[in-house]
Amino acid sequence: MTDPLPQPALPESIAARFAGLDVSAFRGQTRVVVPAAEAHGLLAALRAEGFDLLVDVTCVDYLEYRGATRRYGLVYLLASTGGGQRLTVRVFLDDPQPAIPTVVDVWPGAEWLEREVWDMFGIRFEGHPDLRRLLMPEAFTAHPLRKDYPLQGRGERHNFPVLTRDEG
Amino acid sequence: MALELPENVVVSRLDELANWCRKNSLWPMPFATACCGIELMATGASKHDLARFGAEVFRFSPRQCDLMIVAGRVVMKMLPVLQRIWLQMHEPKWCISMGACASTGGVFDTYAVVQGIDRFIPVDMYVPGCPPRPEQLIQAIIDLQDKIQAEGTITGREFGTRQRQARKRALVEALGPTGVDAARNPVVQRDLRLALQDSPSRPSAASPPR
Amino acid sequence: MSIAPSDHDTRRPADAREEDYLWTLNFGPQHPATHTTLRLVLKLEGERVVDAMPEMGYLHSGFEKIGEHLSYNQYVTVTDRMNYISPMANNVAWHHAVERLMGIELTPRCKVIRTIVAELARISDHLLCNGAVGLDTGAFTFFLYAFYQREVIYDIFETLCGARFTNSYTRVGGVSQDFTPLVVEKIRTFLRTFPKTLDDMERLLTRNRIFVDRTKGVGVLSREEAIAHGATGPVARASGVTRDLRKDEPYLAYADYDFQVCCASAGDCYARYLVRMQEMRESLRILNAAIENLPAGEVNVGIDERVARPSKWQVYSTIEGTISHFELSMANRGFEAPHEESYAAIEAPNGELGFYVVGDGTENAYRARCRPPSVLHFALFPRLIRGHTLSDVVAVLGSLNIIAAELDR
Ligand code: SF4
Repeated sequence: MTDPLPQPALPESIAARFAGLDVSAFRGQTRVVVPAAEAHGLLAALRAEGFDLLVDVTCVDYLEYRGATRRYGLVYLLASTGGGQRLTVRVFLDDPQPAIPTVVDVWPGAEWLEREVWDMFGIRFEGHPDLRRLLMPEAFTAHPLRKDYPLQGRGERHNFPVLTRDEG
Repeated sequence: MALELPENVVVSRLDELANWCRKNSLWPMPFATACCGIELMATGASKHDLARFGAEVFRFSPRQCDLMIVAGRVVMKMLPVLQRIWLQMHEPKWCISMGACASTGGVFDTYAVVQGIDRFIPVDMYVPGCPPRPEQLIQAIIDLQDKIQAEGTITGREFGTRQRQARKRALVEALGPTGVDAARNPVVQRDLRLALQDSPSRPSAASPPR
Repeated sequence: MSIAPSDHDTRRPADAREEDYLWTLNFGPQHPATHTTLRLVLKLEGERVVDAMPEMGYLHSGFEKIGEHLSYNQYVTVTDRMNYISPMANNVAWHHAVERLMGIELTPRCKVIRTIVAELARISDHLLCNGAVGLDTGAFTFFLYAFYQREVIYDIFETLCGARFTNSYTRVGGVSQDFTPLVVEKIRTFLRTFPKTLDDMERLLTRNRIFVDRTKGVGVLSREEAIAHGATGPVARASGVTRDLRKDEPYLAYADYDFQVCCASAGDCYARYLVRMQEMRESLRILNAAIENLPAGEVNVGIDERVARPSKWQVYSTIEGTISHFELSMANRGFEAPHEESYAAIEAPNGELGFYVVGDGTENAYRARCRPPSVLHFALFPRLIRGHTLSDVVAVLGSLNIIAAELDR
């Protein structure tokens, strides 16, 4: 595969301001791991540095992952609309009550992405204006993309009244 | 009876006449949710031309329709909507489940997808395929016409009793916004009972669904 | 025209609460103009939309959860069902991401073939999107023109891989079928005939007074908003964001072709329509260049990569081919993905369509996150519709090209 454009390392100013970031690279992608408390500050600083597009917010549940020590890995994919650069910011969280400050104030577009992560993984975004379920019905209680939730669900899909010919 | 009939008079039973009228003027209500809906559109469009079988008048209001074509997967959030629309349709009415997803869940054996709409509403015809070709849907409609001709609905249901009407209204209210309630669902209750009775080795099935 | 109570009802007390005079209208999830299963709760003052609350999830079928239970090759069938208007683009996006994770370099022929099918998918997607905008604003003929050409593209895909729109065409390290001379011929015919239809379509609608009046200045999205809300693809480009992954991060064979990134600055429905029309012309340029310079040679990567099935000839006449075929056919013996994670995206017709794939050493993904462009575009909707009339709802919705199966996954 043609390697994507060589990705620059972290901008100097960021590296200076946030000491002790864990920076790695894989297939031309730069990845930064940041503690949950500093995540909001780093993301806001990165936006000011030119990573102005929040491509995606998602999460990985490392429950069954070989060698993983922490449960949830939150992933922020950033890009710059001008230069075509990308950066991945990862934050690790743990049970119980995984929570992290929202970035809706930095990128308004994060609102629905964060709602989806809450819906699917049950990660709370503190300060989110409207943290409701996005995809599942409100009455749903589980968080389906967690690894301890079975693919076929726990029977919720059968929980509906049955209409027969007579009732029609 | 030695009654002479003029040449252009045909004698029939009222029942059969009504069925004949009904089967040749089906008004489908396209409940198109996913990819199958695209093939449903193709069936109605000029190349395949559903009008040849008297079923081209797609109406999006359930009050005007008598044939519901469910094309595409129906998920948990959508099922109450489907049931409500089914209840809003007037008798006599029929339902075609188009595609693998609507009939059985298809490739989507997941937590969110209803595994066949026939668990929750009555279905008359199933069309296999993912997606079915337009010809298959047309065949299903022809088969349904045969079924309608044989069925003889005029004797019954559309002149429903007051009691039945009351039950129907109660159901509409009971459906509520999401309908996720195990206590009211006989299928779940039965499954639960069975699971509790004879399979102690599967504890996960016995735990009440959330 | 507004028939709001405020215009007519002089008895309205001065201190009345605004909400008492608003209508709430439920739109969808089963409504013909939503095309699929979206739901909007609109707050109306007369005919004017004061606010809109989009709801989604009416087609959420757990795609990402299935992705964790199917192998990298099997999951491509499920991506077909994601954006069913242009399934080929999803196929290409999925395997693009998987190959990035595994570090597989495709053969030149495969790159060009994938470029061709992706561009055909772009044309068919834009045709349907613009056709639907035309349909919703009253131009039915335009829709029929668009739909006819889509049938031609379906026909090409059916010749290529046997399915009209659930193609499942790509494989890790290659594609399921090589181009046959018949396919090339059909694509050439399409390239010859399509520009004329495109001209006809432009003549029908682009300067049509009714259409322009209904779309110009409706649903304006500024450049800053587009970036802050993560809009991509034609929606962002119509607002002046010059971002196109085909140029910015050239993948497949795009670096070899000469084409332009189509942009507009107005940011309204009309601009989005124009951008899509123009993009189809640029796609034609790419297709013309690609089909005439189709590299010869193998389409799948070689045996030593151990990811793509070898050809029948190799299986029957070489020992490596036999072994490789056997291993790939057996469960748990197939290829191994690295214990890593990566993200790769393509410029799908709708915007940036990417997959964040986490490999855990097996042949199934540990996590297959899809980055759907529709979600971010749908979230923009209330912003675009506020202050416009109820009849503009369908125009704005159509111009955003929301596909429910991609939205909800
Ligand atoms: S049966 Fe196939 S084509 Fe039809 S809705 Fe399901 S996945 Fe889509």
